[in-house]
Amino acid sequence: MTITIKGLTKSFDDTPVLRGIDLTVRDGELLALLGPSGSGKTTLLRIIAGLEWPDAGQLVVAGEDWLALSAQQRRIGFVFQHYALFPHMTVRDNIAFGLSVRPRAARPGNAEIAQTVDELLNLLQIEHLADRHPAQLSGGQRQRVALGRALAIRPSVLLLDEPFGALDAAIRRDLRRWLREVHEKTGSTTIFVTHDQEEAFELADRVVVMGDGEILQIGTADDLYDAPACPFVARFMGAVVELPVNISDGRATARGLDASALPVTSAPDGPGRLFLRPDSIALIPDPASPWQLSRKISTGADLRLTLLGPEGQEIPVDLPRRSAPPVEISQTYRLRPSVGALFSDDAAGAAATPIRLSA
Amino acid sequence: MQNPASLPRPGSRLVPRVLIGLALVLTLVIVVAPLIYIFTRAFAEGAAVYAKNILDPLTLHAIWLTALVAVIAVPINIAFGIAAAWSIARFRFPGRSLLVTAVEIPFSISPIIAGICYLLLYGRQGLLGPWLEGHDIQILFALPGIVLVTLFVTSPFVAREVLPLMQAQGSEQEQAAVTLGASGWQIFRRVTLPNIRWALLYGAVLCTARAVGEFGGVSVVSGSIRGQTNTLPLHVELMFNDLNVTGAFAAASTLTLIAIVTLLLKAALEGRRG
Repeated sequence: MTITIKGLTKSFDDTPVLRGIDLTVRDGELLALLGPSGSGKTTLLRIIAGLEWPDAGQLVVAGEDWLALSAQQRRIGFVFQHYALFPHMTVRDNIAFGLSVRPRAARPGNAEIAQTVDELLNLLQIEHLADRHPAQLSGGQRQRVALGRALAIRPSVLLLDEPFGALDAAIRRDLRRWLREVHEKTGSTTIFVTHDQEEAFELADRVVVMGDGEILQIGTADDLYDAPACPFVARFMGAVVELPVNISDGRATARGLDASALPVTSAPDGPGRLFLRPDSIALIPDPASPWQLSRKISTGADLRLTLLGPEGQEIPVDLPRRSAPPVEISQTYRLRPSVGALFSDDAAGAAATPIRLSA
Repeated sequence: MQNPASLPRPGSRLVPRVLIGLALVLTLVIVVAPLIYIFTRAFAEGAAVYAKNILDPLTLHAIWLTALVAVIAVPINIAFGIAAAWSIARFRFPGRSLLVTAVEIPFSISPIIAGICYLLLYGRQGLLGPWLEGHDIQILFALPGIVLVTLFVTSPFVAREVLPLMQAQGSEQEQAAVTLGASGWQIFRRVTLPNIRWALLYGAVLCTARAVGEFGGVSVVSGSIRGQTNTLPLHVELMFNDLNVTGAFAAASTLTLIAIVTLLLKAALEGRRG
């Protein structure tokens, strides 16, 4: 099912949460909506589900106007962040719910429902839990049941709201791989919401980055990592080192900065900002540089360094401990980034022109 | 279990002992003793007299009328309670906070004021009195009046029990049911109702106890016509005024039994409600 969204807006009590969303989701695609809390990603998901209604815009799925359909008619599978399982029903009854509430004419027979449930229990690897109640399950098991309940109605679209948000790290990794497999088996168009970029990249075919009610960038992990479209995406993608620079002839210049490894860009001359990741900065001893090493902590694999800058700002730098040249506290170093994103200050904030900058 | 190696605790154990003793004595004097006294007085002239008092046609009628009022009022208030709790917990609408307060009004108003309000509204000289009389509808000094006042007095019980639970549970389960294609009625019957069933039953038990025991409001609107509009609590008072003390205590003992059964039901439900 192809989903086409055009000009979607939504406000809650005069506070805009979606400011004009345009998005096309391809048939069978696994798409992530990534963004910090308050970016509108969950509201967008709930509008697609029919649990919220937009103020304006279009939502067309497989050629059908979904804003003319109720949530019941859309036949979507929705997995809630806290699962929302029915506590008084067994796992089996929870999964069968969507089939058993169909009008008599469309309802499969009991034997057929039981068979569908058995297939899902098998697919989700929870056959041994069939007769338990939700209170007797762990978080990861509840997640599987919630997914089974959503898949039972053979949904046209599968929507998941922070599917792994309430689980601990090890189970999250496990479930991620497993959800990917389930998606490959069912082939249904799937959208999930997350604030965890690792989760988004590991699972999704494409990632939609949202901020403040808008779509800021759509792309693969590589696209977003190498060429963030705006400072917001750069920061969100982990480029937390933000240096004020001067741009001349498409290059960033600043005291103590050696940008020679970065390609020339088309950024206009004038003041700008260079966004760098802590792990893509090399340090070169330079007595004339204003950057002084002020703190050094080892995590075994990495050295986590803090450098004190000319205006008293501190920046983090991560080096691989065993392969990096030795560094000393109080020594001064030149920063030599291998990857970075450069934005002109004229473009101020979110509307900045994307400038590809990678070695 | 006492640890043999444990050291003696410094300070006196006097304060907890005094407090526990005080609580026990007060409970005995204020609650248990009067209850026992009701039964000793009811049986003071023997079981035969007790049976005769209970089987007195006027007493039987009072018991029947009280049960009838409860049977009418409790289901109506269960429906009202669910509707009020549902709308308050699930929807934002103008007047919502007013409804939250209004539901609780019967708890804070003396029932006798409710009785007088109904008297002024439906009485012969009241606002609707002439119209009702013109259409030959009798509300006061008849069953409808007693039921109306009982409804007023007992209306908060179910709503008060169900509302906090529905607010705590939120609406995600119902939304999940919507996305799975369930209709409004299916959602209510298969998702909402099972979730609130113990709180609902608990509220219904409290509601029944109050409906059976209501005195003040009912005494204003019923007129206490023996064999017609005399409920059990009113009957107890009438017999007491007639100096039929044993009869009054016999009737009171049936009310007490109902109360004790209610208490046991309530205790049994309390554990499951959580």
